[in-house]
Amino acid sequence: MPYLGSEDVVKELKKALCNPHIQADRLRYRNVIQRVIRMSKLDQWGQAEVLNFLLRYQPRSEEELFDILNLLDSFLKSSSPGVVMGATKLFLILAKMFPHVQTDVLVRVKGPLLAACSSESRELCFVALCHVRQILHSLPGHFSSHYKKFFCSYSEPHYIKLQKVEVLCELVNDENVQQVLEELRGYCTDVSADFAQAAIFAIGAEKREQRGDKKSLGDCCQVSPTKILHCRCAATKRVPHIWLPCGIARTYTDQCVQILTELLGLRQEHITTVVVQTFRDLVWLCPQCTEAVCQALPGCEENIQDSEGKQALIWLLGVHGERIPNAPYVLEDFVENVKSETFPAVKMELLTALLRLFLSRPAECQDMLGRLLYYCIEEEKDMAVRDRGLFYYRLLLVGIDEVKRILCSPKSDPTLGLLEDPAERPVNSWASDFNTLVPVYGKAHWATISKCQGAERCDPELPKTSSFAASGPLIPEENKERVQELPDSGALMLVPNRQLTADYFEKTWLSLKVAHQQVLPWRGEFHPDTLQMALQVVNIQTIAMSRAGSRPWKAYLSAQDDTGCLFLTELLLEPGNSEMQISVKQNEARTETLNSFISVLETVIGTIEEIKS
Amino acid sequence: MISQFFILSSKGDPLIYKDFRGDSGGRDVAELFYRKLTGLPGDESPVVMHHHGRHFIHIRHSGLYLVVTTSENVSPFSLLELLSRLATLLGDYCGSLGEGTISRNVALVYELLDEVLDYGYVQTTSTEMLRNFIQTEAVVSKPFSLFDLSSVGLFGAETQQSKVAPSSAASRPVLSSRSDQSQKNEVFLDVVERLSVLIASNGSLLKVDVQGEIRLKSFLPSGSEMRIGLTEEFCVGKSELRGYGPGIRVDEVSFHSSVNLDEFESHRILRLQPPQGEVRLTVMRYQLSDDLPSPLPFRLFPSVQWDRGSGRLQVYLKLRCDLLSKSQALNVRLHLPLPRGVVSLSQELSSPEQKAELAEGALRWDLPRVQGGSQLSGLFQMDVPGPPGPPSHGLSTSASPLGLGPASLSFELPRHTCSGLQVRFLRLAFRPCGNANPHKWVRHLSHSDAYVIRI
Repeated sequence: MPYLGSEDVVKELKKALCNPHIQADRLRYRNVIQRVIRMSKLDQWGQAEVLNFLLRYQPRSEEELFDILNLLDSFLKSSSPGVVMGATKLFLILAKMFPHVQTDVLVRVKGPLLAACSSESRELCFVALCHVRQILHSLPGHFSSHYKKFFCSYSEPHYIKLQKVEVLCELVNDENVQQVLEELRGYCTDVSADFAQAAIFAIGAEKREQRGDKKSLGDCCQVSPTKILHCRCAATKRVPHIWLPCGIARTYTDQCVQILTELLGLRQEHITTVVVQTFRDLVWLCPQCTEAVCQALPGCEENIQDSEGKQALIWLLGVHGERIPNAPYVLEDFVENVKSETFPAVKMELLTALLRLFLSRPAECQDMLGRLLYYCIEEEKDMAVRDRGLFYYRLLLVGIDEVKRILCSPKSDPTLGLLEDPAERPVNSWASDFNTLVPVYGKAHWATISKCQGAERCDPELPKTSSFAASGPLIPEENKERVQELPDSGALMLVPNRQLTADYFEKTWLSLKVAHQQVLPWRGEFHPDTLQMALQVVNIQTIAMSRAGSRPWKAYLSAQDDTGCLFLTELLLEPGNSEMQISVKQNEARTETLNSFISVLETVIGTIEEIKS
Repeated sequence: MISQFFILSSKGDPLIYKDFRGDSGGRDVAELFYRKLTGLPGDESPVVMHHHGRHFIHIRHSGLYLVVTTSENVSPFSLLELLSRLATLLGDYCGSLGEGTISRNVALVYELLDEVLDYGYVQTTSTEMLRNFIQTEAVVSKPFSLFDLSSVGLFGAETQQSKVAPSSAASRPVLSSRSDQSQKNEVFLDVVERLSVLIASNGSLLKVDVQGEIRLKSFLPSGSEMRIGLTEEFCVGKSELRGYGPGIRVDEVSFHSSVNLDEFESHRILRLQPPQGEVRLTVMRYQLSDDLPSPLPFRLFPSVQWDRGSGRLQVYLKLRCDLLSKSQALNVRLHLPLPRGVVSLSQELSSPEQKAELAEGALRWDLPRVQGGSQLSGLFQMDVPGPPGPPSHGLSTSASPLGLGPASLSFELPRHTCSGLQVRFLRLAFRPCGNANPHKWVRHLSHSDAYVIRI
């Protein structure tokens, strides 16, 4: 088949853009581009291709930039969504210095995106919804007046409904909160148990797939204080990804708690368990709703059968037992049935909760605490439970004051909520991902995908480090992808496990110039392990480090982003100086990524500093 | 850039497989794709999947999976558009898209794919261009003739047979009738609207959304100008005002690139230069939300009585059709999810042609035909077993039980558009040589996308 008109054009453009002479000569370049753009005979595929090529062009002046934008304006009105989105991406990238132009473009693309969201093709609808969420991350109010378009309909597949629920949670504002919550409440009693649970979690501002992680927060309060430091450090790093960034429940707590309480009245097992879990998270994040939650709890223990729900209920009873009149009696039921309990996690939770409740209501709990400890130590087969029992027993032997000191940790942590507040991501941080597969997969999933691909690509250039990598990671497998998505890292994506050998590091370090130097305030002593662990969380590897307390103290760090760019860092504490000096070297000079890397580093060091003081 | 393209049947059997670049895997990717698709947890989306550096992107179309694989980070919008365009093309060339037609026309499909995609790049998808290169004729299961289908009316309409084409008339292959010149001069113009509505339990309207399309399918041998006249009161946007009547208002319109809009402003006429030969294109798309000029086609008045103690549930549904009395709704089906474990159903329906049954935990009430202005009712009684709640418990017993509702309706409204948009005329500015006037068929149709009524 001969090449058709559009194909010719694409070929011509391809040739032109690859030709260094044309690239150097601004005028010729412009002529080529103009000629191509003016060929309205291109079909939609050709147009999409041309828009894609144009991404590579860097306008020399503002005037030229706006010329190009004007020439391309008609593509934003095309009837093909592919072309409209391609044009949008090009506009966003070309106008990266002009936020008002970007906002304007996003306003204009609203119509086509909404049309795609209600399109007949489920697949197109899904992809459009993913892009809507992407835009909402930067412009939270952008779709608020169109919230009705995101109501789920009965016949839609599950994955579209889930996306729509998330969009609804993100676009909620003072005007539509009533209608949106009303709608969400409708979903909570959906026939599909999965969807109903997802909707309840959404009201409670929790992201569903990370349910498993929830325990880590509860655990923070159970372990001994010496460990809390570490946990907090890990938790602060991870929190933004555990919770939904917008948190409908944090702003509109009263309405949410009321809806959830009404749901308890339905006395359905699959609903009650999820509601109780949501309550636990809410109480932890928004202490102001504790009273309402405590009033709603009595009676719901009858409808909880699964392990997650039981744990949440027991935790609530333990921590806030003094406000719930019948808490000891509910726990007593659990103690009585502990022999038939199949989940060790529930038993552990029960031990801690009962001990806590014993501190506030000793008279009612003493007897059953004794029975439970006896059972756990003498009869329990699970070692972890038995050890926990023994630990508490010995703790009690030391004296009640010691128990109080260890167990009475804070009952909520609203600061976590503040931390999670969406630092509104600038449009530029995702403009290059627009109209690609990245928003469709989700940024976290994409990071794992590109990591696999990147590993294949990078390996030959670097010394073999697989043996290092195997022993390297401190972060559990499932946390890695979340760690990658630090809000402050913006476009920067650090690759985990890229441990360099000390030799290679030294060679590279000596061959490079310092790209950035900075001084941060730093006071007093600290533990290098804490720093190392915190850095590990954000995928910065420690190559070498002085011992604690030595002066001068030095540390060498390395990190690599997904494009293969290396960041080598030296931390230096001079004796008698209350400052930490940071020098960063980079093997490819790119200021943008350098800046985001430094901000990551600053955040980590700032966090350590905070914990220390 | 596309690495592979394949079509799977709904059971996962590969029907068509084409590798464009030879850069990834072999035929077993099709199997791999189906395994991944069926093994996916419920809350993950199957639209885009990843396996070993290869992305699978697919659409489902009439029971088939059309899948492309690529290893690059491409534009998902363009790819999905390409896939649906391919589905339309295959439908055009094979008559209709389905497992049977694809497997009967394997040669034709491969020929088409060869022309559409070259080394993974799209060359053209226009039916007109492709006609020059496609040699194979479509195999149709039985030769098509208008006169075989003597008794079939359009959507059950009972007009004279000569004035109405059967609804399957437009679904013949674009090439198959090459030899048969006499039947070629036909133009089909459809105005199709999808209606999605959400009504709150107190009867107030929460959401109305109309997605409309004007589709053209032309079998004219030689292209010449075609003029489509729309209702003159047609306005775009909130502010525009035309005519003296209430006006027909839509929020947004987009046109196919070949439409000439010179006369649109003044007379609401779309001028179109349809390419020579058989074509099929979407001339115009429009959306309308929130204010509908005409009343909603259906209103449902439910009343629910539930006795918690005995578990007896009584649902009385009254359905009112607010169409004009001369029009009617077809294939109306009401779907009402019921609480878990409903066992028995007793029903009293207002007319004999209706049917109601329990299916998959839901009540299905079929009404084959509802005349405009009529009212139908059904009384359903069910037993909901389960532990009766202690009477002391907080909630009032009059509240409807969990899992009841919302009701959703599906229906077709022939010769009715919810926006009120009509095609005034369709004129062809030429006379095909030696033949009488071409047949022009104009259809208006609304159907429900999601018509949900909370209870």
